[in-house]
Amino acid sequence: MAIEERDITLDELRHLVSNRALEGDTMLLNMGPQHPSTHGVLRLLLELDGEVAVNVIPDIGFLHTGIEKNMEAKTYEQALVMTDRMDYLNNLGNNLCYAMAIEKLVDLDVPERAQALRVILAELQRISSHLIFLGSHALDLAAMSVFLYCFREREIILDIFELCSGARMMTSFIRPGGVWRDVPVEFEPAVRDFIAYLPKRIKQYEDLLTNNPLYIDRTRGISPITADQAIEWGLSGPVARAAGVNWDLRKSNPYSGYELYDFEIPLGSHGDVYDRYIVRIQEMRQSLRIIEQALDRLPGGAFRSDNRKFVPPPRSELGHSMEAVIHHFKLWTEGFSAPKASVFVAVESPRGELGCFLEGDGGPKPYRVHFRTPSFAALQSMPMMSRGYLVADLVAIISSLDPILGDTDR
Amino acid sequence: MSIFEKAVDLLRDRLGKDLLEVQRYRGETTLLLNPEVVVEACTILRDDAELKFRFLAALTAVDYWPEEPRFNIVYQLYSHEHSTYLGLRVPVQGKDPLVPSVEGVFPNANWHEREVFDMFGVTFAGHSDLRRILMPNDWEGHPLRKDYPLGYEEVQFSFNFDEIDRRKPYAKE
Repeated sequence: MAIEERDITLDELRHLVSNRALEGDTMLLNMGPQHPSTHGVLRLLLELDGEVAVNVIPDIGFLHTGIEKNMEAKTYEQALVMTDRMDYLNNLGNNLCYAMAIEKLVDLDVPERAQALRVILAELQRISSHLIFLGSHALDLAAMSVFLYCFREREIILDIFELCSGARMMTSFIRPGGVWRDVPVEFEPAVRDFIAYLPKRIKQYEDLLTNNPLYIDRTRGISPITADQAIEWGLSGPVARAAGVNWDLRKSNPYSGYELYDFEIPLGSHGDVYDRYIVRIQEMRQSLRIIEQALDRLPGGAFRSDNRKFVPPPRSELGHSMEAVIHHFKLWTEGFSAPKASVFVAVESPRGELGCFLEGDGGPKPYRVHFRTPSFAALQSMPMMSRGYLVADLVAIISSLDPILGDTDR
Repeated sequence: MSIFEKAVDLLRDRLGKDLLEVQRYRGETTLLLNPEVVVEACTILRDDAELKFRFLAALTAVDYWPEEPRFNIVYQLYSHEHSTYLGLRVPVQGKDPLVPSVEGVFPNANWHEREVFDMFGVTFAGHSDLRRILMPNDWEGHPLRKDYPLGYEEVQFSFNFDEIDRRKPYAKE
């Protein structure tokens, strides 16, 4: 049986390109999905008039892995490991969002220590994600050395994750009711070393880029958007804040104890590529502030809820408590059940608003899980942002949106 | 009076019986609407000077197969002024499901509706570019429907390698 050849004709895209393309006046050019500056497997169909993009048509789905469908076939806790694989630079943030949705659905408490640990880990994750943004963004604009420095610093964060969970990236560390286990004694000194070390490094990156005329030429005034446009197109996170939308879910709808910490929301005004960069740099500094405060007040006590209907008992109890054995057995064979209802929970991921819609049907498996992901919204606004810019600017615009294709396609 | 009560009062006033039900669960409010009025409801919620639900955060669907109405389209709106979410739900029948598109109210509904079309096969009337978005263009079926099975691959041993290979759904030559 031969592969059915399917010619993609212009007919299917006729309504998306201008009439000039049909007359052969402009050129249609394919960018990606195998292209180093499309950050994964993003495909853009460009309509070009010389070097100028008349139209940009994003084509996504190359990294679609059916995570939402797969989660329907697993118990609530099993499905958590799938969330790691969604936005692969924000694994703990995805865990947090999904765990919070479960906690809201079944009304499960989270001890204070777990909440503080979640904040520390989520903020470390935010820094590591912004470091990747910074490295790849600078690399796309031909500043190679920043890329190497950023990956060096990120490695320290990944080591801290490995310390806690045993895994560098796919940690599955944040679980419904708290975290998987308590952090080791080495955790606090390692994090304190890191927050003492990073500010000097951030200053170095800024020395390389912020006032660099070559960098400014490539970024300032490129693809400015207004606050209204950002809201209209569903943009959130650093991209919206660079345009002056004062919206951060950590402030507006605090979760996991964010209301206890003192931090600022960096805001831009032009919404151009340069402002998006500045906002992210400042966010890294704010994240360091949050981590420091959270470490200072890190309460003792339980790291996971004591509600045995949802959270397995500690291993040590299994030897002498029949009830613990029963709970252990029930939770690891059948899982816990959630009521027939739906909730929507949103957290601030490094890329913006990450929402989880979770519906239960009374059984031990989620009936429907949907993730509202910030990269999806960001890529949707690509045509609006990039019309009239040069192909070289497109590269800057894509990387300034910081899209993660795993996050977009799920 | 809370912001939700205001929204409910306003919509009950303007839409009458088309506001079918108000659901509350753990602090969340979800309004059940007739499909015909979803565009009007979104416009009212967006443009009202007090409510300002200007941000479409999420748009997805749930399949209740084999029950009828089979689908629920779920909208999550956000108001930056009040820092709050509001859910809308629209029940849709299983045969030739059709809902008006809210793309005219929220431009970013475009891709979300394409995703629902792709995954559930729900058609959106008045959508400017209703194509598949995540699955390949020539894909058959709608994966997130409940009657669409979760696929798996059969394990091939030496004794049954050819037999399984024959019915494996991949291209040969």
